[in-house]
Amino acid sequence: MKLRQLALATTVAAAGLASALVSTMATAQTKEQFFPVLVYRTGAYAPNGVPFANGYVDYLKLVNARGGVNGVKLSFEECETGYATDRGVECYERLKGKNGGATVFQPLSTGITFALTEKAPGDKIPLITAGYGRSESADGGVFKWNFPLAGTYWVAGDVIIQDIAKKAGGADKLKGKHIALVYHDSPFGKEAIPILQERAAMHGFKLSLLPVTHPGVEQKSTWLQIRRDRPDYVVNWGWGVMNSTLLKEAQATGYPRENIYGVWWAGAEPDVKDVGMGAKGYNAITMQHGVEKGSAVVKEVLDKLHAKGQGTGPKDEVGEVLYMRGLFSAMFAVEGVRQAQEKYGKGKVMTGEQARWGYENLNLTQPKLDALGFKGVLRPVSTSCADHMGANWARIHTWSGSKWEFSSDWYQADEQIIKPMVKAAADKYAAEKKLTRRSAADCQS
Amino acid sequence: MAFFLEALLGGLMAGMLYALVALGFVLIYKASGVFNFAQGAMVLFAALAMARFSEWIPGWLGLEDKFLGNLLAFALSASVMFVLAWLIERLVLRHLVNQEGVTLLMATLGITYFLDGLGQTIFGSDIYKIDVGMPKDPVFLLDSIFPGGVLVNLEDVYAACIAALLVVVLSLFFQKTSTGRALRAVADDHQAAQSIGIPLNRIWVIVWFVAGITALVAGIIWGSKMGVQFSLTTVALRALPVIILGGLTSVPGAIIGGLIIGVGEKLSEVYLGPYVGGGIEIWFAYVLALVFLLFRPQGLFGEKIIDRV
Amino acid sequence: MFYRENGQFKTSYRSDQQIFAIAQDRWAILALIAFAAIGVPMLADEYMFRAILIPFLILALAALGVNILVGYCGQISLGSGAFMAVGAYMAYNTYIRIEGMPLIVALLAGGFFATLVGVFFGIPSLRVKGLYLAVATLAAQFFCDWAFLRIGWFTNNNASGSVSVSNLNVFGWSIDTPLQKYLFCLAFLLVFGLLAKNLVRSAVGREWMAIRDMDVAAAVIGIRPMYAKLSAFAVSSFIVGVAGGLWGFVHLGSWEPAAFSIDRSFQLLFMVIIGGMGSIMGSFFGAAFIVILPIFLNQFLPWAGDLVGVPISTATVSHTEFMIFGALIVWFLIVEPHGLAKLWSVAKQKLRLWPFPH
Repeated sequence: MKLRQLALATTVAAAGLASALVSTMATAQTKEQFFPVLVYRTGAYAPNGVPFANGYVDYLKLVNARGGVNGVKLSFEECETGYATDRGVECYERLKGKNGGATVFQPLSTGITFALTEKAPGDKIPLITAGYGRSESADGGVFKWNFPLAGTYWVAGDVIIQDIAKKAGGADKLKGKHIALVYHDSPFGKEAIPILQERAAMHGFKLSLLPVTHPGVEQKSTWLQIRRDRPDYVVNWGWGVMNSTLLKEAQATGYPRENIYGVWWAGAEPDVKDVGMGAKGYNAITMQHGVEKGSAVVKEVLDKLHAKGQGTGPKDEVGEVLYMRGLFSAMFAVEGVRQAQEKYGKGKVMTGEQARWGYENLNLTQPKLDALGFKGVLRPVSTSCADHMGANWARIHTWSGSKWEFSSDWYQADEQIIKPMVKAAADKYAAEKKLTRRSAADCQS
Repeated sequence: MAFFLEALLGGLMAGMLYALVALGFVLIYKASGVFNFAQGAMVLFAALAMARFSEWIPGWLGLEDKFLGNLLAFALSASVMFVLAWLIERLVLRHLVNQEGVTLLMATLGITYFLDGLGQTIFGSDIYKIDVGMPKDPVFLLDSIFPGGVLVNLEDVYAACIAALLVVVLSLFFQKTSTGRALRAVADDHQAAQSIGIPLNRIWVIVWFVAGITALVAGIIWGSKMGVQFSLTTVALRALPVIILGGLTSVPGAIIGGLIIGVGEKLSEVYLGPYVGGGIEIWFAYVLALVFLLFRPQGLFGEKIIDRV
Repeated sequence: MFYRENGQFKTSYRSDQQIFAIAQDRWAILALIAFAAIGVPMLADEYMFRAILIPFLILALAALGVNILVGYCGQISLGSGAFMAVGAYMAYNTYIRIEGMPLIVALLAGGFFATLVGVFFGIPSLRVKGLYLAVATLAAQFFCDWAFLRIGWFTNNNASGSVSVSNLNVFGWSIDTPLQKYLFCLAFLLVFGLLAKNLVRSAVGREWMAIRDMDVAAAVIGIRPMYAKLSAFAVSSFIVGVAGGLWGFVHLGSWEPAAFSIDRSFQLLFMVIIGGMGSIMGSFFGAAFIVILPIFLNQFLPWAGDLVGVPISTATVSHTEFMIFGALIVWFLIVEPHGLAKLWSVAKQKLRLWPFPH
């Protein structure tokens, strides 16, 4: 017993000492642009978190293989959040000052985004939340450091209703219809409610809200209710295992998959591949891109990284939906830095504050995107002080039983509806925080 | 009416599955006094093993036959669960004899973390498929009586049958075999059992192995229903109200408790849920069990002697 | 030889009853507090404050509360996360709904509401105990998770259900920088630590311990089980509730119910068991261990991997982290079921003679 206790005491002491050592290990100042990467490669949301992380990291590697941003090489470090807010905050604190300071954070979790929105302005580090996070953060007048690039949840909700209206034969045909929203019971899922309620009041359709508890494997009673109420359409606002469970329950209930619409976080391979033919006909909105295995940038990744054994993750997943989401999120992060270099000096390492200017003045025109290899994948994105979103286009794609195929033309979200909502919500936030809107002079800086 | 029947049936089917997980808890608690929180992790681990082996084995052996592949995968997963049971007894339980219940509970929580990490390291953390040929599409009964019929899920029916079969086999095993009698003896009184020559350590290995097998069966059923993925560990939390309702030490209690909880939470969610915003089924099951506990502290079929205050 | 109480005579009741009866203890504790209040702020950097020290202080406070219930009164609770959530959300509501509400009062109000909820969910303890009670307290956990997600009033009808606070200040001092937050939490921990230490030495504390050791015998000698148990639930959930308020207000700044999920309850119970049940000191040890270990493993493993030339991926690191964490817990329980506090007292025992054992 004595020896054991001695061993125990030694372990405790050693752990204490070593942790002190590790945490104070000096990090040398390098001339590299540092990108922290918050990932979740384990836990309940790993099947969706892994491909996103692979795409993100692959793009950063690709930029280095292309020679960096005007010669500035990129460095990155992953930190595992497990989709948990407190782990995410710890990762943020750990990485924000590392290697000369973080350029930008992309937490890939609405919960972590909420927590970091409070911290980022103080640390002067921008947040990119491409396609997630707070919808009202599109208002750059209040949310100076948030960039929900290329789409918010309200854009997604709006476009889904537009496609449903088109299928029904016009917006006026929506009157009297019944749409059920099945959502992940978290800030992420609840973001969908305001826009759908707005549209419901506008067109006179009935909206019923069916929450699903984290992590989303228990949906039997949800589907009993759908079976009873027989809504005309089901909108799925899920993430992770909830999506595939939803489709399996839909199959088990005999609900037509053609009438189910998923948000862009519910329209990727991990969501449908183990349901296979059972999910045939299921629709999901895309964030501009879909599966882009044929695009130039994917070929370049395969060529320059995977062919040399430097790729991240399995080769056959390159170009899948969530991989592309990671890839284009990283592209925004890098292009903002390139834009900032135009102003603050080419070939220099940008601070978070300088990069923020870059994200606010993004001007990704079609030729620029084509040159980066995103021809046919993305539409132009250009941001401004007032508009931190930059683009509000989306398409619908449909699962054929074995692959995702585009099934609609381009839609643009209706700014008439969304703009006032964003402004009202942003003003409410500003009032709560006792913030004032940024002045015109602040926009210039 | 048709809808009520559907909800009732759905609840019964779900309850049967909860009972299956609860059974694992009860078996271990009866034989070793350990409240095994790791049951959920064992379900995940077993299901991951099954899913991955059935994927790998045809490749290793060049098998074409899916049934044979599944059978081999089942055997291999069962042996993995046996090794696991043996290791747990060897490395953990043996050193914790005579500790308090809460210490043992903590140890199983430690095992939970270990298994979660180990399972994902060996087998990966993606969503995997177990395909044992369960039918996926619904059938409609009693079309003539109710418009639209009563929807019945064949997969659920099969699952419930398998669960029922497992319960019958287990009760036969407990009642009729000498090992079963030894297990019951250990459950009644550790010291007395030991003094008449029942090897305690071996009994523990057996009982953890049996719990491992129920975890495997539960894992296959749930896995085939919703895919094998990390979230399977949460089924353990769904089974806890079942065991306090049914009693920690009673096998029939686990079954009846499972059915009551299953029906109770489905009916509450569909009839009560809409009025309070939905999503109430998890806590409703716990509150149901709690209220029950206030009137009958030992659960439905629990032994009376357990700590009453 | 360094820790020898020879020659320290207790000549009055006062000196006999003080918290630290041995002079060395008194000095050591004073030195420790002085170090925490003055030394640490000079040494630690921002990361240490935000990622390690502040979470440690707050979770130590919560573990202290849980220890009163579990360690002193013997009532196992798996609902501590829920009581933290009640503390955080009610403190939030008090803070924003009443104009000019001082921060400290809001936090204490959060604790007060947590007390109410704690006593309510403590009622089953009058009928059941042990593992049944543990499962019963899960009802509190799931119910609170649901209530804060679903009832709009708690979150001030925010569309997303996530709430946030900022511009904290106490008596005109703003609590902004990591250092200020650290000192704020430290003050809370010290005050509550002192209160708790005195409480468990008092008549109430002895009643709790009597109930824990044998409830029937305790009832026979005139202790009312209902009063003792419910008071333990009340005190425990008050402290846990205040800790929850601090976790939301000071550490996270913005939170959702998932921040107080069932994992948090398990984490707190781990702290108590590993630190040592029925020991105030143990709560601090346990909290330090559970907070630092994952962060340490997370940083140490890739570093160790680099050292031997094997790059370790993030996924492997986190899986290994799970495994080592689980294995260490089991190992700890086997080697020292009475927790780190016991180890500490063994060390003190040894120090009486060491280094001259003869």
